[in-house]
Amino acid sequence: MTKTKKITLLGLLSALAMVLSYIEMLLPPIVTAIPGIKVGLPNIVTVFLLYKFSFKDAFLVSLIRIITVSLLFGNIMTLSYSLAGGIISILLMFLLKKTNLFSTVGVSIAGGVAHNVGQICVAIFITNTLQIGYYMIPLFISGTIAGAVIGLIGALTLRYTKKFKW
Amino acid sequence: MQTKKIRNDLILVSIFLLFSLIIFLIFKSNSKKGDFATVSINGEITNSYPLDKNTETVIKSGENFENVLVIENGEAFIKSANCRDKICVHHRKISKVGETIVCLPHKTVVEITDK
Repeated sequence: MTKTKKITLLGLLSALAMVLSYIEMLLPPIVTAIPGIKVGLPNIVTVFLLYKFSFKDAFLVSLIRIITVSLLFGNIMTLSYSLAGGIISILLMFLLKKTNLFSTVGVSIAGGVAHNVGQICVAIFITNTLQIGYYMIPLFISGTIAGAVIGLIGALTLRYTKKFKW
Repeated sequence: MQTKKIRNDLILVSIFLLFSLIIFLIFKSNSKKGDFATVSINGEITNSYPLDKNTETVIKSGENFENVLVIENGEAFIKSANCRDKICVHHRKISKVGETIVCLPHKTVVEITDK
């Protein structure tokens, strides 16, 4: 793939990830009282890039998405939470993918859970209370379910784009 | 189908579930029944209500900001409030040291303490 093509593609996928992030914001909050419960739609792009291209590409697009979305629609707090969760998530996904022991869905599940755990850790650190740790329990569960769904969509996308001539 | 990978996925998920169970148990065993419900507004402690006396007070945290704190049977909860979300009202009753009910728009925190 030529460099220009790659740059264009990554740009498009970054935009896609940003739109997915925005759509996620519009969705009605699932399960009140637990802040931070997310479906993780932008991770479809992350998973796709991780498997179709390289870790560097996935990391770059994720970073761009996190920074721009936080600047556009959030504040410094949104940025730090998203960054913490996002980086831990993608690192874990890359490591698990390398072991070749898990399927795309499994990797995505780990990514979803890691994202939530990362955010909770930041929350515990910032508010200086351990009580927030209670949230880990429902977030483990929601992270697993969300990760599974996202992983499934990502796997399907990968399968259907297998024949693409980039 | 790569059944081996799927089996590993399920193992991974069970590890996660185990983890969350362990964390839950750790939190549960570390909780102690508290003695006071301490109210703080905007970070400053305003009042401490003993949990062994049933009371009902209105916390005024600003112009037209009210939360009704009720202490009953050693537990504290917010019966009503005029904030928009009423997350504080829907919160379950608290009684263990460290537990809190927060009303973010009113910057009011009710925390269980032992002093």
